[in-house]
Amino acid sequence: MNLSSRARTYVLRRREVAKRISEVGGNQLLVVTGLGSTNWDFTAAGDRDLIFPMWGAMGGAVPVGLGLALAQPKNRVLVATGDGEMLMGLGSLATVAVQEPANLTIVVFDNEHYGETGMQISATADKADIAAIGTGCGIRSAVTINNDRELEQALPELFESPGPSLWVIKVCAESLDFVLPPKDGAFLKDRFRRALLGEGRML
Amino acid sequence: MDWWRKIYAALKNADVRQVVYVPDAGHAELIDACIEDNEIISIALTTEEEGVAVLAGAWLGGQRGALLMQSSGVGNCINMFGLMQTCRFPLATFVTMRGQWQEFNPWQMPMGQGTDRALSAMNVNVETADNAKDVGKKSEAVLHSAFIGNQMTALLLHQSLMPKKSFGK
Repeated sequence: MNLSSRARTYVLRRREVAKRISEVGGNQLLVVTGLGSTNWDFTAAGDRDLIFPMWGAMGGAVPVGLGLALAQPKNRVLVATGDGEMLMGLGSLATVAVQEPANLTIVVFDNEHYGETGMQISATADKADIAAIGTGCGIRSAVTINNDRELEQALPELFESPGPSLWVIKVCAESLDFVLPPKDGAFLKDRFRRALLGEGRML
Repeated sequence: MDWWRKIYAALKNADVRQVVYVPDAGHAELIDACIEDNEIISIALTTEEEGVAVLAGAWLGGQRGALLMQSSGVGNCINMFGLMQTCRFPLATFVTMRGQWQEFNPWQMPMGQGTDRALSAMNVNVETADNAKDVGKKSEAVLHSAFIGNQMTALLLHQSLMPKKSFGK
């Protein structure tokens, strides 16, 4: 394990952050989680039909959230993903900025490491600043969150302020137990559509 | 009728609401028509794989979408096609071919020549239109295959349908 020293000192713990976001977001929040740890974080906070956990398709979490947000303008959509997954799809931040979906919030749990593959450091450990990249792309509100106070300040914005917004939450680099959601993709898609659109749309 | 108008008519008939694209000269008029259509959300992508994922999200939210790209873009999509297959998302894509017919640019050849096999390798059904009069019915078939048959289906639009690009030579 090659943990950078900085990421071990971050005070925010990813499971607690996911739990807090889930509490504030409530049961109607439409959630897309990126492959790897954010799947486990939000499953630990409470699996439900309106969470679409992605077990693959790295780099695809933000564009899936974008298509969903544009199709469902009256519902808030949250994409939660990690720094590695976000780095693979940085271009999608430019695409989101152009579309300006007011109902989309993107949360990046940035532990500066690739957690699923042996905690190798990512580009955010030394150089890349995802919030700055988001700002550079033209995302309306892109911020880095470092502590509880900043998190609590941001949370009401989940529903109150127009998106798109990007929260890069610096979380402690730690290896945690797996808490797995269902993994059959067709099931995950169908349960989401049934919960959102109703039984009739399953035909 | 121009062949692109038949694709546009098919998209409208199929109630497609999100059209995602990386710009291509062969799709230029169709893209413009979609941008001007208030019932269609037109999304310019930074890479085609993004578009595949956007269409998955659109379907989760109850909307139909279609991906417009050129053959080079198919190579960019390969892993994201896996998302569609695993989750059984429908996919309708319209691909303008390069590297196939009087191509000026050798750099377009490899992906153009590999497009059909790359799609097939990822279990995307492939239809080809090399005659303008076939484009309408084949577009309808592709959209039906996607949204009624729950398949991934591509329509390859032969390069002979496109204006020839000669880079001023």
